Amino acid sequence: MSVRPSRLLLVVLLALAAGGPALAVQPDEMLPDRGLEARARGLSRELRCMVCQNQSIDDSDAPLARDLRILVRERLRAGDRDAQVLDFLTARYGDFVLLKPRFAWHTAVLWFGPPALLGAGALALLVVARRRRGAIAGAEAASLTTAEEARLAELTGARD
Amino acid sequence: MIAELGHYALVLALAIALIQTAMPLWGVKSRDPVLIGLAAPTAVAQFVFIAVAFAALAWCHVASDFSVLGVFENSHSAKPLIYKISGVWGNHEGSMLLWVLILGLFGALVALFGGNLPMTLKATVLAVQGFLAATFHLFILVTSNPFARLEPAPFEGRDLNPVLQDIGLAIHPPLLYLGYVGFSITFSFAVAALIEGRIDAAWARWVRPWALAAWMCLTLGVAMGSYWAYYTLGWGGWWFWDPVENASLMPWLCGTALLHSAVVMEKRNALKVWTVLLAILTFSLSLLGTFLVRSGVLTSVHTFANDPARGAFILAILVLFIGGGFALFAWRAPLLKQGGLFAPVSREGALVLNNLLLTTACATVFIGTLYPLVLEALTGDKISVGAPYFNYTFGPLALAVVIAMSFGPLLAWKRGDLLAVAQRLMVAFAVAIAGIAASYAVEDTSTTLAHFGSGLALFVMVGALADLVERTGLYRVPFRTALRRASGLPRSNWGTAVAHFGVGLTLLGIVGETQWGAERIASIKPHDVLSIRHYEVTFDGVAPRPGPNYRETVGTFTVRRNGRLIGVMEPSRRSYPVRATTTTQAALMVRGLSQLYLAIGDPNPDGTMSVRLYHKPMVLLIWIGAAVMMLGGGLSLSDRRLRVGAPRPAAARAALQPAE
Repeated sequence: MSVRPSRLLLVVLLALAAGGPALAVQPDEMLPDRGLEARARGLSRELRCMVCQNQSIDDSDAPLARDLRILVRERLRAGDRDAQVLDFLTARYGDFVLLKPRFAWHTAVLWFGPPALLGAGALALLVVARRRRGAIAGAEAASLTTAEEARLAELTGARD
Repeated sequence: MIAELGHYALVLALAIALIQTAMPLWGVKSRDPVLIGLAAPTAVAQFVFIAVAFAALAWCHVASDFSVLGVFENSHSAKPLIYKISGVWGNHEGSMLLWVLILGLFGALVALFGGNLPMTLKATVLAVQGFLAATFHLFILVTSNPFARLEPAPFEGRDLNPVLQDIGLAIHPPLLYLGYVGFSITFSFAVAALIEGRIDAAWARWVRPWALAAWMCLTLGVAMGSYWAYYTLGWGGWWFWDPVENASLMPWLCGTALLHSAVVMEKRNALKVWTVLLAILTFSLSLLGTFLVRSGVLTSVHTFANDPARGAFILAILVLFIGGGFALFAWRAPLLKQGGLFAPVSREGALVLNNLLLTTACATVFIGTLYPLVLEALTGDKISVGAPYFNYTFGPLALAVVIAMSFGPLLAWKRGDLLAVAQRLMVAFAVAIAGIAASYAVEDTSTTLAHFGSGLALFVMVGALADLVERTGLYRVPFRTALRRASGLPRSNWGTAVAHFGVGLTLLGIVGETQWGAERIASIKPHDVLSIRHYEVTFDGVAPRPGPNYRETVGTFTVRRNGRLIGVMEPSRRSYPVRATTTTQAALMVRGLSQLYLAIGDPNPDGTMSVRLYHKPMVLLIWIGAAVMMLGGGLSLSDRRLRVGAPRPAAARAALQPAE
């Protein structure tokens, strides 16, 4: 499908819904063993349907997603642990298949970014608070002219 | 002819927008009241011409004028009228026109109701608005002309994408754009304050209602998009952490932070520089949100370059306004005086914490949405960032905001007492613990998360009301006194309580849907029965049914609860021949706050049909909560002190003064 940016909203929405909307996990794929099936569903939610727009294989109806769901269940039945299934799929399809990126140098921004920002923000607040505590005197001095004060009173109404 | 008229009106709007930009700024510089006075009439005139252009395009769509390219590509003569109208903005060109229409509308509102703004501030604000509008007019005229003609004119159109032929999607984009563009006003005010080099509480009083109004529209827009995805996409999820959704969530998070910091600025004259920065940031994210979706960069880095002119123009606009806004901020912000000192534990401190957490949450969504694109562009490595990532990173931040939210409004300004606040939240703690206990008693099979999640939601809801109880003295004074006090409370107090209560409702809905939901997936034949919780759903059969511009296969299911018939559900599959597309119409049955959700697939070769049945407890609370948040915003907006557009109280006071 050739995609012109003018129709991209449509394409994005289409990609979300199309590829045959409706049902993702099919009844015939499901494992009789409830525990295994629950694990398969959990894993499916962490794996990307690589031909879709940001869908997990659990949500997608694309044939590839079905193949992957069946593959995941085959691995589980063969006795793989969850991590082994993910390793197997990553070896085959690359990091792109994981919806939760693994920690590595090229994903460090993703995992360290938010806590680093939170820390930096908190630190900045501390520094500002400390600096301002030193400069309390005179900080509250009125900086408005009489005319502005009058205008302000008018603007803010009768309350204050 | 009508299309050419619209095109011409748009060109005129561009010309007027340029005058609206240049003349008032020059007037402010040369202190010429005539030039300053040009700002308001040009803003109104510009809006009138955009409205003419928009009406012309709407007429082309309604009249099915297929000689217009945009109508041909997105309409069909058999399409229901409502989707002919919503088709106007169901495509790139038309949606950009809607964008400038709203921009023009807000500019005109400032022009008409900004009578009590200082002359120069109003002129500067309108000039900035004019500049924004001029850029977008140029973008539309040069790269995305909605009035382009086709020669020869085709007999029939290609129909609107069936996914968009839905009432939710008819209202969702306008609401979202009202929110996005509403923040353009706060942006313009911020830029005007930076240009003037001064800012005061009156400025905050003007900015806060705009931020509130924009935030309300955005809240509803985001919630509506979520509900639309829930019932259209057919697998019952309500938030997918899709880049398109994230694009609307980012301005919402940042706008929420802005809303709170504007309170501090208005009440305590503090956080001025930060509020200005947030105003710039929020609108930058709105622009980014518009263009992320519009440019196609989200689908793939490569499609971005498919239409080089448009892509380059979009980049130029982003650089101009986002880069320009921040450059101006870096240059002029030091001129703005800081004021209003406060201790770390105080209402101000709580609002600062709110801002820190919300902006970090926003940054997390930003990183998660854009980093994969950047990485791919730089190194070619393809990674995916999906729901599991956001649950790990965004989740804890959102949790912290929600917990802090109960304490904030109870703290005093300047210096608060955390212990006293905790004591006042005792009732909320007690309710939460009772809730957790009840949750264990009712359903001990659920996860710990489910129990504590519902406990937290209850804590938030009761905690949100604690401030009202405290202020009215409910349970301490006679009920009538409390009632009188309640009606005397400032509406903004009510607004805070109601909006925070809404957050609790949404949280409870999320916990209910994710933790207590049940699911049945099966292949069934007619007369088969699926049971879920207390419900038995019998499959009666399928039948074809014609629609105006589609055909559908409808499954009929009878629903019983404990054996008693309670209704019929009719999920269907629609196929739209013009687009060769099939959509799923899930059937929803509302049971109180919960829903039964049923979707069918195509019939299988062996005569069975795949169906997916969900029981979603309390799921409606997710969106009801959002509506309640919006209601809280509305209450706050109706606060008398915020109605700066109504000069009556001041006039009345002036009239009374001699008598005093």
